[in-house]
Order: sequence, then C-alpha cells, then structure tokens
Amino acid sequence: MAYFLQQLINGLTLGAIYGLIAIGYTMVYGIIGMINFAHGEIYMIGAFVALIAVLALTSLGVASVPLLLLLVIVGAMAIAGLYGWTIERVIYRPLRGTPRLAPLISAIGLSIFLQQYVQLTQGGRVKTLPPLIPGGFTLMTGDNGFAVGISNFQIVVFVLTILLMTGLTMIINRTELGRAQRATAADPLMAALCGIDVNRTISITFVIGAALAAVAGVMVVLYYGVIDFFIGFLAGLKAFTAAVLGGIGSLPGALLGGLALGLVESFWAAYADAAYKDVAAYAILVLVLILRPSGLLGRPEIEKV
Amino acid sequence: MVAVGSPIRALKEAGLAALVAAVLGLPLIGFRLVDQAGGEALATRWHDLAYVIVLAFIGRLGLVLAGDRPSRSSAAVKSALTPIVRPVGTYLPWLLILFAVILPALPFATRGVIDSGILILTYVLLGWGLNIVTGLAGLLDLGYVAFLAIGAYTTAILSTRFGLTFWECLPLAPVAASAAGLLLGFPILKLRGDYFAIVTLGFGEIIRIVANNWRSLTNGSQGITNLPRPSFFGLADFTASPAPGHTAFNALFGIAYSPIQRVIFLYYVVLVLALAVNVFTLRIRRLPLGRMWEALREDDVAAAALGIDRRKIKLAAFAIGAAWGGVAGVVFDARQGFVTPESFGFIESAMITAIVVLGGMGSQLGIVLAAVVLVGLPELFREFDTYRMMIFGGAMIAIMRFRPRGLIETRRPTAVLK
Repeated sequence: MAYFLQQLINGLTLGAIYGLIAIGYTMVYGIIGMINFAHGEIYMIGAFVALIAVLALTSLGVASVPLLLLLVIVGAMAIAGLYGWTIERVIYRPLRGTPRLAPLISAIGLSIFLQQYVQLTQGGRVKTLPPLIPGGFTLMTGDNGFAVGISNFQIVVFVLTILLMTGLTMIINRTELGRAQRATAADPLMAALCGIDVNRTISITFVIGAALAAVAGVMVVLYYGVIDFFIGFLAGLKAFTAAVLGGIGSLPGALLGGLALGLVESFWAAYADAAYKDVAAYAILVLVLILRPSGLLGRPEIEKV
Repeated sequence: MVAVGSPIRALKEAGLAALVAAVLGLPLIGFRLVDQAGGEALATRWHDLAYVIVLAFIGRLGLVLAGDRPSRSSAAVKSALTPIVRPVGTYLPWLLILFAVILPALPFATRGVIDSGILILTYVLLGWGLNIVTGLAGLLDLGYVAFLAIGAYTTAILSTRFGLTFWECLPLAPVAASAAGLLLGFPILKLRGDYFAIVTLGFGEIIRIVANNWRSLTNGSQGITNLPRPSFFGLADFTASPAPGHTAFNALFGIAYSPIQRVIFLYYVVLVLALAVNVFTLRIRRLPLGRMWEALREDDVAAAALGIDRRKIKLAAFAIGAAWGGVAGVVFDARQGFVTPESFGFIESAMITAIVVLGGMGSQLGIVLAAVVLVGLPELFREFDTYRMMIFGGAMIAIMRFRPRGLIETRRPTAVLK
C-alpha cells in the first residue's frame, strides 16, 4: 500500500509534466489541425534555458530560492515563447495551404535541426543540476518501514500546474483572445471575416503552448536534475500520446491524459519491467487510436469529403 | 504607407529579426555549459552571439529588399529551363543507371567511394520500398526502419545460429519483415494521415526497444557481431585464404586477390536488388492493385465509394513495402558485418521518409536524387560531421518550404480518363 501510494505521487508528478507539454500539442492541433512534431524540442530548449538561467542568476547573487524559481520560470517561458513564435512565423506559416504532409515533414526536419543546434551549442554531454528545493514531508510509514514521502518540489509542481491550468482555462473561456482562438479553431475563414486577426491568434497559440512546454522543461531540470539534447524526442512523443489519450483538441483532456500516462508509466516501471515502460506508452497510443480515436474527452472527428 | 521593399521597411524588419535572434540566442549561444568540478558552470561566447545577430540582420535585410522579385524570376527561370529539362528528364534515369554500372571501373572509385555507393543504394532500395507505402498508397510511415531492423536481425540470427548464408537469408528476411508488416499493419488500418504516421513511429520505436532488451535473442545493446559476408553465389568466398573445401574468388577467376573485390561484388548485388524493386514498382503501378493504391492516395473516401476495399489494399501496400525493407536489412548486414539496435533509431526512419517525400512522393527518379543529396553529400562532407545532421534538418525544412511537393513533382496518376 505504501509503495503503491509513493508510485501514485511520483506518477502524478511525471503526469503533470507530460500534461503541460501535451497542452501545446492539443492547442496547436485544435487551431490549425497540425501535429507540431517539434514541440518536444521546445520543452528541451526550455530545460536548457532553465539550467543556464539558474547558473547565471546564482552567479549574479540571487540567493532567495522562491525569487530564483520565479525568475527562471518567467525567463524560460519568455524565451521558449519567442522560439514558438519564431517557428510559427518562419517555418509553419508559409506552409499553410500546402499538402498536408509538408508541415509534418518540416516539423520533423525542425525537430532534428533544434536537437542538433542544442548539441552543437551546448555539447552532447548529459548535464546535471543538484536539487534546488530540497526537503519534503513523510506522509506515512508502511508496515515494512517503507516511508511514503512527497518532496517540496513535487508540491511546487502540483501547485504550479493547477495555477497554470486555471489561468489557461480562464484565458480560453473568458477573454477576447480565448474567443478569437475558439473561433479560429472552429472556422478560420469565418473568423477572419468577423474581424479576427487569424495569423496573430495562431501565433499566440504557439507562444502559449511553447511557454507551457518550457515550464515542463524547468520542472524536469529542477526535479530530475538530468538533461541532454535528446530528451525532447521521447517527452514530445509521450506528451502527444497524452494529448491523444485525453482527446486531441481538449485542454482538460491534455492534462488528464498526461496524468493517466504518468501513472501508467510509473506503475509499469514499479510492478512490471522498467525496460519496457516506453513500450507501454506506445501501446496505449495505439490502443487509444484504434479503440477510441476521440480520446477520453474529445469529440469524434467527422470524415469530411 | 511605406512601399513594399522600401529601405526603411527593410531596415525595420531586419532590426526586428536581429532583436529576435539576440533574444533566442542569448541563453543557448551566448552561454555555454562547461563541466567543472562540483557541477556545471557557465562560459560566455558573446562573439558567436554577435555573429548570429549580424547574420540575422543581413539575411532579413536581403530577403526584404529582394521583396517580391523571386517569385517572378523563378517562374521565368522555370519556363526557360523547361525545354532543356524535359529531354534530360527522359534520359537521366538511363544515364544514372549507366553511371551506377560503370562506377567501380572509374578512376576515382576507391574502396571508400564504392562503400558510400553501397550505402546510397541501400537507401535508394529503402526509399523505393517505402515509396510503395507512402508514394503510391499515400500512407505516411514514420517507422519504416522497423522492417529494416527485422530484416537485419532475421539475417543476423539465422546466419549466426543456424549457419544460413546470405543467399539463403535473402528470400527469408523479406518474408519475416512482411509478416511483421501484416501483424503491425492489421490493427492500424482504420487510421489516417497524421495518426497513422505517429502510430507507425511508435512501432518503429517499439521494435528498437525490444531489440535492445530481448538479450537472449538479440544480445541487447551490444548487438550481433561477426556476421558472415556474402559469398560469390555460393561458389567462392572473398578471402585470400579460403576455408578447406571452399574456393577463393580470385582463384576461381584466376586473378590476383584484392579486398576490394568483395566490396565491388556487394555493390553490384545491391544495385541489382534496387533495380529489381524499381522494375517491380513500375510494373505494379500498371496493375489494378497499383491503380487502387493511387486512387487511395488521391482521395481515399472517393476510392472507397468506388468499391475499393481500403483495408485490403492498405495491408497489401504495408506488407509489400515491408518485404523490401527486409531485403534492405540483408544488405545492411552484409555491408556492416554487425547489427546493433542503435542503427534503427527514429532518425533513420526520418531519413528514409525524407528521401521519399523530398524526392516527390511517387517519383522513382526523385528518390534517387534525394538519396544522393541526403545520404551522399553528408558522406562527402564527413569532416563537417557536427553540422551534418543540422544541415539535414535544415534541408528538410527548406525543400518543404520551396518545393512542398518534393524535388520532382510527378504525382500524375498513371491512368487518366481522356
């Protein structure tokens, strides 16, 4: 029981990170119907920016951990957001209206490009960072002396995820921008005729998705403390699985899918074979697409002629 | 309002580009993580950052000043080139085949060149195999490397455990790959477009992870080494000192021994196999099955409305494409002499898919050109190894940007109503 509970906590932490990346996939897919394959690399860049920012700020003498955390998160979000904006503006926008495969192939090319860019500028070596926020609580102790703990950083991850999700939901449902996004997702041409700046709306969608992926990157650096230039590929694929699982295009679905995937992976590694935990994730992807392509919370897609 | 292409607007745009480049590059180019006792430390590289900013400024300035001209001039270039390109297009395939045949006899054909030739031809073979799935049937398969892996591992296991030779594995590996294709293809027939692509990508990764972890069969990440090299049709071996009861290739023909003979022989084997796939594809395009694939590619709903059984022909495409991937796997083993799971990562799948899509989705010639560009050029520029994959990624983006239908646009259906 104690072991189970611990896996639950770890799985939810991992799931929150997947969920934050998945939101970027789901928003972009919802608005222009494209799988932004390079989204995982934005998360990776976010992680690198966070690591560099932590080192730079500490050397500048920022000692207070909450302030440091705030600055790192805001900085990583801003820079990753700009990466998202640039990518949309320079690479995807000219491809709108081309055959469906063109953006996907471009995205794969971009993914390789960004990986190599980071490898070239920062080296292929695995980077490590000692935990910034140590400590935690012991929730309970099992019969065999197994202590169930939740670390302070895990609490930060949960709180931050809830805050960001609430904020994003408010933006989508309550603001002018959110309305523009929903209108563009429903029908870009009609939205443009109604006076919505479709290009700007799509740009902002990319920026928001990238910024959230960067938060996930910050968390990974601070939580696991081990990153390299290749982490974006697997995380991106899993976040995509999470988005599909939750129902692509649905925001709460992305988070739900992320949490579900995090739990599956965590329990699989704990009770089954850890070497095959990625296979479990892919198997879920395949099963969901075959059995329920609209995901947990999505609406079924109607085949249009 | 400022006129399009005016210097002031250009300067503004270029300034913006420089600013964006500055912010984007600040953390990743401006700083460098260095390994130090006690953890990571930072070094700075302001020079490099400055170069990038200046480059972004000049690049954007040039693009804006060039303004609307490129579209007109490129159209003019196109129409001027058409009378020259047409006849070249007719003879180019034959010229390329001729070149491929005489390549080993050319003066610059060192062992390295021929080895690169084998590599390029392997990718051409893979590209033509995937072309059946992606180019003809229009199914984007991002996990095609799985079939290469199955072919390669089947060959490796059969030859090391059961002592089968190259020539015995050659028909067996495609059968195994094809069976895997049926097995993997069956559950995902319903899926379309992007979803199909992502699921096949997942399959490719699953095969790699399994190869990495099923130690009793595949020897895990160390792979299977010391694979037997192909013999001269089972008649003679390519070695200076053949095993008792075997003949040496040079003795059979009464020539001096040279290690390059084996490489040249393998080169011709791959060439023949690749051409066989080509003939196969060209013929099958004219059969009802090929026409149904093309109908499916152009519009699968309309194809279904015409009474085409989508599931059946998709499965056929998947299985046949997989079989050719298996053949490539045999060749892969023969060239490398060992097999490890590392060779079958996503990047390989991306490479093969890129060759097909950049080549022009269905154009056999385009695939050859794309394979030469994507595999051959990087081989040539080995010393720029660090930039190799970056350029590869950039090339994929650039080709999609300027030629979204691929290098050679021949998506003409083979049958049209006149």
